[in-house]
Amino acid sequence: MAFRNYILVCGGTACESSKANAIYEALVTESKAQGVADEVQIVKTGCFGFCEQGPIVKILPEDSFYVQVKPEDAKELIAEHVIKGREVKRLLYAKEGSRKHAKVEDIEFYQKQFRIVLRNCGFIDPENIDEYIAREGYASLEKVLFEMTAEDVINELKIAGLRGRGGAGFPTWMKWNFTRQADSKQKFIVVNADEGDPGAYMDRSTLEGDPHSVLEAMAIAGKTVGSNQGYIYIRAEYPLAIKRLEIAMAQAREYGLLGKNILDSGFDFDIEIRLGAGAFVCGEETALLASIEGRRGMPVPRPPFPAVKGLWGKPTVINNVETWANIPMIILKGGDWFSKIGTADSHGTKVFALTGKIRNSGLVEVPMGTTLREIIYDIGGGIANDKEFKAVQTGGPSGGVITKDFLDTPIDFGSLIKLGSMMGSGGMIVMDEDDCIVDVAKFYLNFTVDESCGKCAPCRIGGRSLANLLEKITKGKGELADLDQMVEIGEAMKKASLCALGQTAPNPILSTLHYFRDEYLAHVVDKKCPAGKCKSLISYNILADKCIGCTACARKCPVGAIAGERREVHVIDQAACIKCGVCFETCKFGAIEVR
Amino acid sequence: MAKMTLEDLRKLRDSKKSEIQKRDIAGKDTQIIIGMGTCGIAAGAKVVLDAFLQALDANKLENVSVTQTGCMGLCYVEPTVEVITPGMPPVIYGKVDAAVAKTIVEDHVMRNKMVSDHVFDRPSADIIKDGGK
Repeated sequence: MAFRNYILVCGGTACESSKANAIYEALVTESKAQGVADEVQIVKTGCFGFCEQGPIVKILPEDSFYVQVKPEDAKELIAEHVIKGREVKRLLYAKEGSRKHAKVEDIEFYQKQFRIVLRNCGFIDPENIDEYIAREGYASLEKVLFEMTAEDVINELKIAGLRGRGGAGFPTWMKWNFTRQADSKQKFIVVNADEGDPGAYMDRSTLEGDPHSVLEAMAIAGKTVGSNQGYIYIRAEYPLAIKRLEIAMAQAREYGLLGKNILDSGFDFDIEIRLGAGAFVCGEETALLASIEGRRGMPVPRPPFPAVKGLWGKPTVINNVETWANIPMIILKGGDWFSKIGTADSHGTKVFALTGKIRNSGLVEVPMGTTLREIIYDIGGGIANDKEFKAVQTGGPSGGVITKDFLDTPIDFGSLIKLGSMMGSGGMIVMDEDDCIVDVAKFYLNFTVDESCGKCAPCRIGGRSLANLLEKITKGKGELADLDQMVEIGEAMKKASLCALGQTAPNPILSTLHYFRDEYLAHVVDKKCPAGKCKSLISYNILADKCIGCTACARKCPVGAIAGERREVHVIDQAACIKCGVCFETCKFGAIEVR
Repeated sequence: MAKMTLEDLRKLRDSKKSEIQKRDIAGKDTQIIIGMGTCGIAAGAKVVLDAFLQALDANKLENVSVTQTGCMGLCYVEPTVEVITPGMPPVIYGKVDAAVAKTIVEDHVMRNKMVSDHVFDRPSADIIKDGGK
């Protein structure tokens, strides 16, 4: 069957929440109403990554990239584009300030990207196994079942130099090899899909857009290490990813690609989903395994590592979603191919979720060694609203900030750790001049304090003490000694905490203290918040020479703290002011100043 | 479908591959662009489009993309079709019908030989005389 057009509608969570589903339905209805239902194929696919501009509809073969599409646009898309072959110009993506309507290859957002993990996202229908198979899907499993020995597979991963994408960067081949060599009748394969960093959604999008890549990789691992059972631990907050995984598993079972005697090879492998309740600590592997077993999600000291003594005490391979999604491509194209991508010690690509004060927020996959500047300015389009770049937070609550002096650092496992941050699982939050660095540190610390499981004292007590000190500083009651004490507590937590949650919790404070000590000093010594975020440290004042007495601010003030007659200078009663900032936003004459 | 054997899987992959490759525009070096303005459609461009798709399918050509465009301005020779293929100048054909479409695929696309009777624009007269080479 030849179609004249292929309409790809984004079905990622971000676009679904802005009505992608209704758009899909509308396109189907319209194509029938206008009599072209047999001539177009409408596919709901995974995340295109360009979430800033969603919902996205891409029409092939013209490669027209429609952005911010609404269900009402379906009629015009079918009537104009499909039937008359005229692009609907008003919906095409155009870069700010330019009238040029871009093709996908012209969009800066995609130019520096290189997609391995997201290879099928935005191209195939994730709910149709045939489309995955058509894109060389399950060809790697074929190779592993019929052509390669377990040693070959391990060796290929070793040549590839694939390292865990969850944050720690441990060589994947070593994990697999430990489990393979472990002497046990029962072994397990586990996918860590407990993605919890604020602002991170790489794993969710991978599972939503290409669930079979992870299933295939699990079966490959099962055959290699000698396991017949896999578990996917995924948070219940990801309903769409869970639904697509369930559909994918059912289809794979129907085709005999999961279950007993896969492809008549004599190898059995099946997978079950385990839902997490959304505890951040369950992203830590030992806590995750405890949660699968039905126990409370708390970490235990390592060694022994899960590779030797994991789920129910049996040897267990546990990897992050992104790591899994790389595996079929490495087996298919060879470790040598993979090892040529990236830098000397970090091979392959990394997916980042680019968020914060950035023009094009979205999902980005780049080769290792790409610089932060390329990601933020070339792909991300720079800072939103033409503000000044301040810092970028990488590695979520476990990472730190990177300042503009280091924007040209090529990203890999080692380079960011040297800067006091880490690559982490791939969250990347951009901050501009309006963000207060102490406030940012407080946000991350409060997150880890909330999410601490409370088992070990350094994390439970140290985290709380740090949070109290930060609270004191942002309230304007900080002392110089507090800064030293924070470093001391932070260093102790790093050394003594049981798991990575506590060990890395002080990182946001230590790194901001290192790069933005001046800003901490402004809070502590001058009792000022330069960014104007910490309410206890700022005051709104009316400039007498600019105020024309229009009364606009006085009318908007929710607590009636502004007094003044018409055409006379107004005054803010500081004791009554709640510092909501409404007057500042209301004044058209720039007469209100934040101090 | 019942459980598959290795052969079943390979067969399924091969059959689905060509289907999905049509969606992929990367690696396609030949473009067939059909003028589908009101004039084109009225003159039968839709039949021509179907004929192109069928001819490409019949000849198992996977490097060719078929796209639509608006009126090219040559309303007097509609339906018009532009063919861009490596090693050949871009050519606009006019008065194309289903049979001509088939010839264009078989001669122009597959054998780099222009369908001279229907060339209306782009290559200058001497190129046409040389048979497109």
